[in-house]
Amino acid sequence: MASKLTRSTGAGWAFALPGFGLIALFIIVPFFFAFGLSLTNQRLISPNPTEYVGFENYRDLLSLSVITLEPERDDSGAVIRDEDGEIEYPRVRTITRSDDFPQYRGMREWFRWQSGDTARVVVASDVVFMKALVNTLMFVLVVAPVQGALALVLALLINQKLRGINVYRAIYFMPVVVSIVVVSLLWRFIYDGNDGLLNNLLSAITFGGWQPVDWLGNPDTALGSIMAMSIWQAVGFHMVIWLSGLQTISPTLYEAADIEGASKWQTFRYVTWPGLRNTAVLVLIVITMQAFALFAQIDVMTNGGPLDSTQTVVFQAVERGYGKQDISGGSTISVILFLLVLTISLIQRWLTREK
Amino acid sequence: MADVRLKDVRKRYGAVEVIKGVDIEVEDGEFVVFVGPSGCGKSTLLRMIAGLEDISGGTLGIGGKVVNEMPPKERGVGMVFQTYAIFPHMTVRENMAFGLTIARAGKEEKARRVNEAARILQMEHLLDRRPSQLSGGQRQRVAIGRAIVREPSVFLFDEPLSNLDAALRMDMRMEIGKLHQQLKATMIYVTHDQVEAMTLADKIVVLRDGEVMQVGTPMELYHDPANLFVAGFLGAPSMNFLNVDVSDAGPDGATVSNPSLDPVRVAAVKQPVTTGSTATLGIRPQYLHPTAPEKGMLHGTVALTERLGAETIVDVAMKDGTKIIAALSEDRVLEPGTEIGLEFDTAQAHLFSERP
Repeated sequence: MASKLTRSTGAGWAFALPGFGLIALFIIVPFFFAFGLSLTNQRLISPNPTEYVGFENYRDLLSLSVITLEPERDDSGAVIRDEDGEIEYPRVRTITRSDDFPQYRGMREWFRWQSGDTARVVVASDVVFMKALVNTLMFVLVVAPVQGALALVLALLINQKLRGINVYRAIYFMPVVVSIVVVSLLWRFIYDGNDGLLNNLLSAITFGGWQPVDWLGNPDTALGSIMAMSIWQAVGFHMVIWLSGLQTISPTLYEAADIEGASKWQTFRYVTWPGLRNTAVLVLIVITMQAFALFAQIDVMTNGGPLDSTQTVVFQAVERGYGKQDISGGSTISVILFLLVLTISLIQRWLTREK
Repeated sequence: MADVRLKDVRKRYGAVEVIKGVDIEVEDGEFVVFVGPSGCGKSTLLRMIAGLEDISGGTLGIGGKVVNEMPPKERGVGMVFQTYAIFPHMTVRENMAFGLTIARAGKEEKARRVNEAARILQMEHLLDRRPSQLSGGQRQRVAIGRAIVREPSVFLFDEPLSNLDAALRMDMRMEIGKLHQQLKATMIYVTHDQVEAMTLADKIVVLRDGEVMQVGTPMELYHDPANLFVAGFLGAPSMNFLNVDVSDAGPDGATVSNPSLDPVRVAAVKQPVTTGSTATLGIRPQYLHPTAPEKGMLHGTVALTERLGAETIVDVAMKDGTKIIAALSEDRVLEPGTEIGLEFDTAQAHLFSERP
């Protein structure tokens, strides 16, 4: 093999060079750069020299602790309650800013829960990143199965010999060819709280009984709205992949199942689904990776708000690296994302392996 | 067990009629072969019996019931496809038990019936393999096994041996014949291979362009073909056809001749001919015997000899430029260019009014 490579003419290498060069410049080099920069304090523009800081960036992002708070008590030892009857606790910042507890220095409250009279507070050194991580995981957990299943349903519907079926194929595929930025802008209008299409539509079908919701301005609905839009946008792409998988299944297998008396569901279970096995692995991994990379929708529609309810990992990486000019912090997030996606892909491959 | 009756069955795709009113009666336990060239509609007809194609006209009865509108599973048919159609992700055992799985049969019944079918087909040792680990013949055996397990009243075979190599085809042909003797089930078998038709069938149905040409036992069709198509389709090498002039047609036969054929009286007139018309005389190569040039009824020169050992095929160029083939059941050397005469028993010749 090696001899064949060296024997080939220089022209071949010359043709390959621009491609190799671009891939190296924009993919391979940045990949290793991210690892390297995440161990330094590099900034986008800074008069100070770059220093090696070890894993400090990772510590700053990922440190978590649980603080147990005892309720405030009066002199008799009774628990003090506020006007609403809620138990009063000492403020968390009296601990995180205290010199008595250097281990909590710089941390902020992420969330808390109560057990008995005591409260347990989870503090994180980077609460926004933690929220971004949770939002991204939520997004993946919802979008991957729903988008995959919906795409399969559409593919099954479209895989029929009917007049005009191509019109439907085109319609379902259309959002895929439109730029995600354009789609996001349009959906911002649809989701508008005052005069948006969605609110108008819901109001029309409930004969005015619908109270308008500011879909993107409400922390409870913002992430869900972006999920719905993202599923709609890319479902056509995965539909086409499923469709190609469906068409590789031999029609005589369906005829054989028909003769043997299989119902529609049995045919799907025993013929279609096993035949789609490899397609399913591909679709699942592609959707998962795309979902982890969620950025453009956030950047156009919410900028991570309201109240950080739509922060995502990639949005944070960009925001930190370029918004705050903290290149090392952005690189650290990229590396964490890479390890996360790699782990999940390996798990998926292991779960869907050929037994 | 059931009989199958087709009455004026038709199939149309839009304005094109591909099955043009077919009447066939398949008796209970009979092995019937549909044979014909590709595109004659034999597979379509079989798929209509299976329920995989709609019936545009006429009635189809299985076991005394009209099943035109019935879905395949209610017709009680088992089918074996040319491409096997076994499920690649299931083991042989699962494939064979598929119909029972669908019908939610119990574990014990499944095991019993699969083992029984595997015993009949002598493939017990293959049960736990996957289709990818099987040869073509073994895959076809699995497909047949899957049909057997369901104990259908009618077995349908759609060119089951076409994807196998020649040696395997012969083995499987014999096995299918044996299987029919064992199961005594009604079987309908589609093929374009006349050897399969001749060896397997109780009854052959010859089809052309969506019409039945002739129905009968293999020997009836071979010795008493109703028309040129059947005469030419069955038998290898195929029957010689000579253009002849009819000189004396009567109720007991006709006298025919042509430039290279001395006048002969033929009794087996398949289609009425009139004196003075032209007709076609069919003689099978096996019934032609070479003699000295001045003897015999046919005269020509040897163009080519093919020696097969047990048989010699002789290509003879006739005086009028046509060619005729003789098959001699012995090894014999005939030099190309030698003039020879050919004689035949006029009782073995057939006269048709059609022209090829």
